[in-house]
Amino acid sequence: MAELELLVALNMIPYLGPVRIRGLLNCFNTYSDFMNATRERLLSVPEVTPKICDIILEFRKKVNPFDEIERIKKLGAKIITIEDEEYPRLLAEIYDPPVVLYVLGEASVLNMESIAIVGTRKPTSYGQKIAEQIAGELAEFNINVVSGMARGIDSFAHKGALKAGGPTTAVLGCGIDVVYPLENHELMKKIVKKGCVITSFPANSKPLPSNFPARNRIISGMTRGTLVVEAAEKSGALITADFALEQGRDVFAVPGSVFSPYSRGTHKLIKQGAKLVECANDILEELNLRKNDSAEIKEPDLTLEESEVLDMIDYTPVNIEFIVQKTNKPPGEINAVITRLQLKNMITLLPGGYVMKI
Amino acid sequence: MRAAIKNQDFDFPIKRITLNLAPADIKKEGPHFDFPIALGILAATEQVPASALEGYAIVGELSLDGRVRPINGILPMAIEVKQKALKGIVVPLENAEEAAVIKGIEVIGVKSLKEAVEYFKGEFKPDDIASKVQDAFSLDFEGDFSEVKGQEVIKRALEIAAAGHHNLIMVGPPGSGKTMIAKRIPTILPSMTFEESLELTKIYSIAGLLAGKSSLIKTRPFRAPHHSITPVGLVGGGRIPRPGEVSLAHHGVLFLDELPEFSKEILELLREPLEEGKITISRMNATVTYPASFMLVAAMNPCPCGYFQDPFHECSCPPHKVHSYLSKISGPLLDRIDMQVGVLPVAFSDLEKVNSTDSATIRNRVELARKLQLMRYKGQNIFYNSQLTPAMVNKYCKLGKAEKLLMKEAFEKLKLSARAHNKILKVARTIADLDQSENIKEIHLAEALQFRNLDKYFQYLKV
Repeated sequence: MAELELLVALNMIPYLGPVRIRGLLNCFNTYSDFMNATRERLLSVPEVTPKICDIILEFRKKVNPFDEIERIKKLGAKIITIEDEEYPRLLAEIYDPPVVLYVLGEASVLNMESIAIVGTRKPTSYGQKIAEQIAGELAEFNINVVSGMARGIDSFAHKGALKAGGPTTAVLGCGIDVVYPLENHELMKKIVKKGCVITSFPANSKPLPSNFPARNRIISGMTRGTLVVEAAEKSGALITADFALEQGRDVFAVPGSVFSPYSRGTHKLIKQGAKLVECANDILEELNLRKNDSAEIKEPDLTLEESEVLDMIDYTPVNIEFIVQKTNKPPGEINAVITRLQLKNMITLLPGGYVMKI
Repeated sequence: MRAAIKNQDFDFPIKRITLNLAPADIKKEGPHFDFPIALGILAATEQVPASALEGYAIVGELSLDGRVRPINGILPMAIEVKQKALKGIVVPLENAEEAAVIKGIEVIGVKSLKEAVEYFKGEFKPDDIASKVQDAFSLDFEGDFSEVKGQEVIKRALEIAAAGHHNLIMVGPPGSGKTMIAKRIPTILPSMTFEESLELTKIYSIAGLLAGKSSLIKTRPFRAPHHSITPVGLVGGGRIPRPGEVSLAHHGVLFLDELPEFSKEILELLREPLEEGKITISRMNATVTYPASFMLVAAMNPCPCGYFQDPFHECSCPPHKVHSYLSKISGPLLDRIDMQVGVLPVAFSDLEKVNSTDSATIRNRVELARKLQLMRYKGQNIFYNSQLTPAMVNKYCKLGKAEKLLMKEAFEKLKLSARAHNKILKVARTIADLDQSENIKEIHLAEALQFRNLDKYFQYLKV
């Protein structure tokens, strides 16, 4: 069993990935042993090339694991290593699990049944709603909803889970003491109360673009499956889905309108064999976790006028102007009907003047 | 002066000339003193009977050959002449129509110094300007709402805005016709009263924008300054403060396209006129207050590329850009805008068959609604629903039981902000007025709840 200081130190040296660290750990057990190792001894590790050796020699003097551990303690966070009980079991199974995880909050949720929900940073109202809804349903079933706390779908997934009072885990692409994006600092506090925030990056790490694929690998790696809610053709969410496949985990995708550019990525996944998901039950079924059938929602009473207007509204956005032209009624009346339908939870108003069924 | 007098075949005295411009404590500026000074010299040298000049105001600029050139700001001077109960005013011929708007004073339009002298000797009879002025009273607009095909929803929103004098903002992607629609707003505003017309013409007279146009301005102004406008251009200013765009839009529409592109400083300046209906400009030489009571109509894209939250186009803006774009217009300015409407392009295939309401029909409804408001607010020092203070909202926008319930439900479900509350009530009041209804009914309130479209975008930002 390797010393905590050694693991932390290795994790802090740039360009040293989980695989190289694993190689080094085969040869070194203690921090002092590693610090005193000569160039020749380092080079004898098969994973260490001369270039990497130079980097190690340069940085091992600069990093100070004692300070780092002290600092994490002060933040109220803790460091768990791959050999700890609390380390997510599923994550340990992947090819390149991080050797240490920084955890802020309740570490016990990491070994609950977990599902990842990811998607675009610029979701449509449809995506926001479904992400929140499915996350809520999963949370009600006591499933840990894992996401990246980014803008958009990620945030809505966390919110949905929190609203349902369930656990949720945010995996960061920066140091545990860095809030990114900044507007999520309230959300982060809430997540820490109900679940936890984790990262593999040392304290103070900036959210560099190159960090995010590594973060995505943890998201997919620690969960049974990854649900992609909305993703444009080129979206980071698709990278997460790719990782999930590589790691042998399930990929789920929420369909959208074929006209919506934000559903292209998810449709591509479905074409490639991802399971189409409409509600949390679809995921639970696949993972052999059952959910009781909830009572059907009953139709609210509608006036003749309201149902006439509702008939023209679809699950894709419709311009209100279109309804006015078709019904040939004064726009004021139509607007009033739309407000009522909104209040009856039948439709949603989108920015710009579109309405859509929900 | 010497040249002008000589060129008109008068003698310029070869003596010491002392000129007293009283009162001495006001700094006198402008070109319009030449002509009266020249006449003064002629009167002093008895080339024109001094007694005949008594009781006349004389303004104008002299060219070297003695012709009288037009000047700016005639109308306020004519008003002053009337107030001081003088006999009449001698003005450059080009300005005569403008001055003749004021009834009860003699307006003498002259082409040259000579003509003026002849007039005072009783040898020249000027044209009767006053009779000409009368027939100029007609309404002509550029464009009509019937030309805007489809877009009935926006037209309805503008009808409400015009009826209650509500400030309004249109949000929509590029190419949805925001500017085209906005340009036609004056066509649905009620026609101006004589007093309003006079007040507006005064401003234009001072700004020197009347040249070529005769007499009174009858149509409500539509001003659309570009977002590169300077503070001085917007609110007025200069060494001798001139009226700016906010004053030129008095009694009309100030249209700000691409609102977030205006600098914060510029938008801040709008607060005083929006609140007070006037603008005070202080400069070293003078402090001037110009009226500036306008209806603010703004248009904007939801983000720099225009497609944020558009279901059919991908938005190419990074989220933080959208955030900073939208947050430029938050707070105090938004507080003064009662209505937010989404505008979407109308599909081309729909354009042929649709029916289109025309401006005259809408204007009639607007005028009726405004009449109701004028009656209701008699003696309250306000004229429109948009001017209601919170206390007045409680008094005039009472809701019944059913309406209160609707409002409560709407606030909970539609996540409306607290600041939206009174605006919705004011707009509902106007909708009820358009319906000639004494009380705000449920249907009025339900419609009013639709004019919070921009808030939607802000809700999406709060991730």
